[in-house]
Amino acid sequence: MNVYYGDNHVLHDINLSMKENTVTAFIGPSGCGKSTFLRTLNRMNDYIDTFRLTGKLEIDGKNIYGKKVKVEELRQEVGMVFQKPNPFPKTIFENVAYGLKIQGNKDKDFIEERVEKSLKQSALWGEVKDKLHNSALSLSGGQQQRLCIARTLAVKPSIILMDEPASALDPISTAKIEELISELKANYTIVIVTHNMQQAARISDRTAFFYLGNLIEYDKTTEIFTNPKNKQTENYITGRFG
Amino acid sequence: MSSLRINRFIDKGFQYVGIFATLFGLIMLAIFLFNILGDGLSRIDWDFLTNLPSRRASKAGILTAWVGTVWIMILTSLIAIPLGVLAGIYLQEYGTKNKLATIIEVNISNLAGVPSIIYGLLGLEIFVRLMNMGSSLLAGACTLSLLILPVIIVATREAMKAVPNSLREASYGMGATKWQTTWYQILPAASGGIITGVILALSRAVGETAPLIVIGALAYVPFVPQTPLDEFTVLPMQIFNWVSRPQKDFLENGAAAIIILLLITFCMNGIAIYFRNKWQKKINW
Repeated sequence: MNVYYGDNHVLHDINLSMKENTVTAFIGPSGCGKSTFLRTLNRMNDYIDTFRLTGKLEIDGKNIYGKKVKVEELRQEVGMVFQKPNPFPKTIFENVAYGLKIQGNKDKDFIEERVEKSLKQSALWGEVKDKLHNSALSLSGGQQQRLCIARTLAVKPSIILMDEPASALDPISTAKIEELISELKANYTIVIVTHNMQQAARISDRTAFFYLGNLIEYDKTTEIFTNPKNKQTENYITGRFG
Repeated sequence: MSSLRINRFIDKGFQYVGIFATLFGLIMLAIFLFNILGDGLSRIDWDFLTNLPSRRASKAGILTAWVGTVWIMILTSLIAIPLGVLAGIYLQEYGTKNKLATIIEVNISNLAGVPSIIYGLLGLEIFVRLMNMGSSLLAGACTLSLLILPVIIVATREAMKAVPNSLREASYGMGATKWQTTWYQILPAASGGIITGVILALSRAVGETAPLIVIGALAYVPFVPQTPLDEFTVLPMQIFNWVSRPQKDFLENGAAAIIILLLITFCMNGIAIYFRNKWQKKINW
């Protein structure tokens, strides 16, 4: 598929497929299109007026850019965690319950159960279980990001997109998030954009290297980092540019 | 003097200028309040508040005037606030950003500056005559609503613009529709700014006299309005009526009526501030 912003051709002939229950990392220097590509997967680019996509993007065999696709349903299947933690200025409980609320769910017990489960899954329950009705903004950066992950998990998506989720966090929080990703892999399909190559090497099964809007190489992570087939990949990985 | 010394001097100097500017406004307000309380406080009693206007100053009361003011403020609020806020939401969140939108935005800001008497003329033609409302509370409320609508729309838009985009992204990313995002996230976050705009708009409306004179609000109303289609008068008009007379007693009445008008304004603002604190507290602690 190809992506254009007006006359600007930002993604050229991207062709790749990802398997269920794997972690795929997108790496590449700034401006190479990896975030743009990530955001096409849940149609977050729709809000940019000049955005145009040609080609097909299929999830489970269905073209998500088809005419009849309801974008809200797509986003409940494909969740997203952003670079800078962006919890809602509401309580911790309300943050995690938001996804259920907008689906029209009114069952209090169900919601409470789901909130607890999601917070446990994102390794935050222990730290917040006594203060669920405090403001989410009172949490630290790392905690806020785990809250955002819990919020995404609460609607039970099958795919989770992460746009540099740990880049704004300290090393300890980063380690917690990476651990989380390894655990979540069993039940979710994860795609993560990262600037941190070591992170990609640590947590992903397959890695895609993007450069100037082109997909240069896509292979098993171990192959990419030890035996890259493309010269540009090798140069980026060894730090000769980027 | 070195450039560093000059800069520090300007910095200190600006602090003093700022303090002076603030104090100037406060002192003027204090002098005004002190003056008006001195002139009129003694005149205020139960009779004053419940008597109809009269040609004898000692018997004259402001019943019809303050009832008219309260009536018209309630009606104006009911019309202008929903219309203004919804229009602001639509223009800000739903409108396509094209040339037409820019023209609309500029013109709404301009409308906020149009002299109020022109709104009075507009109201006379459309509400009083064309729509046959007569010189009623309803016509007055519609006219004042037109007057303050631009202020509310602009305040709503500015408050919503100030909500960071990351909040919208987070909400859309969870599969919320535009309306859900607006209702559950953006409006609560913008409520402070919106209500502040509403306070300013209503405070302007409560003191407007010219447009109401034009649509035919009466200067001498010996009855209390019962329905929105009744004729009416408002406190500013009654005040103007009394202070235009030479007799000292009427001037005293005018001062007393001014105090009541100030009281109504403070109450109105107090209610709005209460709601603003209540809703803002829910989100930002």
